[in-house]
Amino acid sequence: MKAGGDHNGATTFREALRDALREALTADDRVFLMGEDVGRYGGCFGVSLGLIEEFGPDRVRDTPLSESAFVGAGIGAALAGMRPIVEIMTVNFSLLALDQILNNAATLRHMSGGQINIPLVIRMTTGAGRQLAAQHSHSLEGWYAHIPGIRVLAPATLQDARLLLAPALADPDPVLIFEHGTLYNVEGHLDPAVPAVDLDHATVPRKGTDLTVIAYGGCLSKALAAAEELAGDGISAEVVDLRSLRPLDDATIISSIRRTHRAVVVDEGWRSGSLSSEISARITEQAFFDLDAPVERGCSAEVPIPYASQLEEAALPQVPGIVAAARRVVS
Amino acid sequence: MNSAGETSAAGHQGRRTKAKDSDAAHDRHLLRDMLLIRRFEERCVELYSAAAIRGFVHLYIGEEAVAVGVHQALTEHDAVVSTYREHGHALARGVPPEAVMAEMYGRLTGCSKGRGGSMHLFDPGRRFYGGNAIVAGGLPLAAGLALADRMRGRERVTCCFFGDGAFAEGEFHETANLAALWELPVLFVCENNLYAMGTALAREHAQTDLAMRAASYGMAAWAVDGMDVHAVEKAAHRAVTSIRAGGGPHLLEARTYRFRAHSMYDPDRYRPKDEIAKWKQHDPVTGMTEALRSSGRLTSARLKKVERGIAEEIEAAVAAAEQAPKEPVESLLHHVTGRNEEKS
Ligand SMILES: Cc1ncc(C[n+]2csc(CCOP(=O)(O)OP(=O)(O)O)c2C)c(N)n1
Ligand SMILES: [Mg+2]
Repeated sequence: MKAGGDHNGATTFREALRDALREALTADDRVFLMGEDVGRYGGCFGVSLGLIEEFGPDRVRDTPLSESAFVGAGIGAALAGMRPIVEIMTVNFSLLALDQILNNAATLRHMSGGQINIPLVIRMTTGAGRQLAAQHSHSLEGWYAHIPGIRVLAPATLQDARLLLAPALADPDPVLIFEHGTLYNVEGHLDPAVPAVDLDHATVPRKGTDLTVIAYGGCLSKALAAAEELAGDGISAEVVDLRSLRPLDDATIISSIRRTHRAVVVDEGWRSGSLSSEISARITEQAFFDLDAPVERGCSAEVPIPYASQLEEAALPQVPGIVAAARRVVS
Repeated sequence: MNSAGETSAAGHQGRRTKAKDSDAAHDRHLLRDMLLIRRFEERCVELYSAAAIRGFVHLYIGEEAVAVGVHQALTEHDAVVSTYREHGHALARGVPPEAVMAEMYGRLTGCSKGRGGSMHLFDPGRRFYGGNAIVAGGLPLAAGLALADRMRGRERVTCCFFGDGAFAEGEFHETANLAALWELPVLFVCENNLYAMGTALAREHAQTDLAMRAASYGMAAWAVDGMDVHAVEKAAHRAVTSIRAGGGPHLLEARTYRFRAHSMYDPDRYRPKDEIAKWKQHDPVTGMTEALRSSGRLTSARLKKVERGIAEEIEAAVAAAEQAPKEPVESLLHHVTGRNEEKS
């Protein structure tokens, strides 16, 4: 297996994803990748660049612009024993395939009384931060996390970018993987001591004692930066990376709150009816008497994401806002 | 369905290749398969009135020649994807009436363990991938099943039934293009019964020649008299033979008619009564019965015996469904994911 990174193990999020795809395509001939421009173009964000040369156009399969048909075809192929990886360019376009994802992928197992299952992986880009305006910037993963019958993942680290795909493919049910668009160019080193990750557990990338900041995907780095800033003021923030948006790892979240007694939830989705609402509700349901302050939330403003950079920046959760929320809960 | 212990999906391979109407036994088999669907659904109407079965129930009465004719060309290795009007497709596929009836009753012994009901009959063992209640929702699945077969070098056909209303959906057009582009082994069977619920064909389509529009995607497509089981059978054989030979997807537009309302809730106010009466003159079940009777290939004693056999099979299915266990609510959260049930 060729490694995407340089000789020192340095890699980008994009290369880590590509290495995971290459590994999967190499390991199992039932695996194939399909989507718009995944082949000759190399993927709209360059993730699958070069894979068509390695694996051929049958297994790195360019599709027409027809999200519903090729997502549904992925479901059908999974039903017939394949292990398809379907790429949808961005979550915004996944709405054209929502029928297939919800009414078929998430539902066929149940409607058939458990007789069939859909081992399908769907990858897509999510999130704002690149001045792409409203129809290319929304964070709708929280909607998908609403749906029983599927698993929803959001890698935030190089490690997860590299390692989440294998267990996702091994899952008997559909798995949606949301890749935040600002992460593709992130560079770093993979830890060779971590050979695998499990899908069920959130991680705690920073330990702390005064409050818990819960984040995922594109917002994790903002949460970690806020924790760093807070440390300068003598406030010790623990950071939880959800990694799995469905199912949520309640145990990790709640055990952290039991120790810190305070929480800030960071979520690039809109505040109303969001994943952050769900997490906040679970904290009050399960740890109300451990809380020393109301749960705070840092979400996107309730506006379609604007183009102008100062407006876009103002619309999204940012480090100063997370720091301010943290100060409020500890004061 | 069972006739002499074999399923129509797999059986009659040899006979099929013979001339269309010279084989009396084959014709009696076609009649029996259509009759079973007809009588099964007539019984469903009674059971619905008695509130034994509930939900949306869409009857296939009048369209039986399509399911039975098409199934003559399929083998047990082929796959079938269907709609919410799928009792006929399921029975023609060989899903036991008992399992279908129990599903209508919502019982554990149903072909979907009572989780699906009339619109979601599944039998993966017979490669019957469901009743789908999203109009056109099954079409992309059919393309995927066929894609998998193609990638694995399996010589199978996926047959996908859908209606004239589905033909207006984007999912049809996306899938037709995809299947033709990738030359997938799909037999699209459009059951053009002239109505999508209450909307007549000419009120839903600017161009009502559906086969011609399908052909514009670069696939072979033609219309066939869907009230004539022999015509359907012949067309299906021709299409399936071509698909198996690598001819890519084909579409049959089966021109047919439903004799009953769209569903049990439909007062059927949008169709002239004389239109219904006119189509009933082409009833595939009575047509075949009369053809066999008048040519001396079916005695009234024999017909009675067939009817009795079917009635017994259906009554046994009803009795079994009545007795069948209901799933306890404790297992409500089963069949959502394969891993242990989520905490959520
Ligand atoms: C996507 C979608 N839109 C609307 C409906 C409601 N609906 C159920 S059946 C039907 C008509 C479909 O007509 P057709 O495809 O011709 O099939 P037929 O019922 O005539 O067999 C409609 C509008 C639905 N189930 N799914
Ligand atoms: Mg119709």
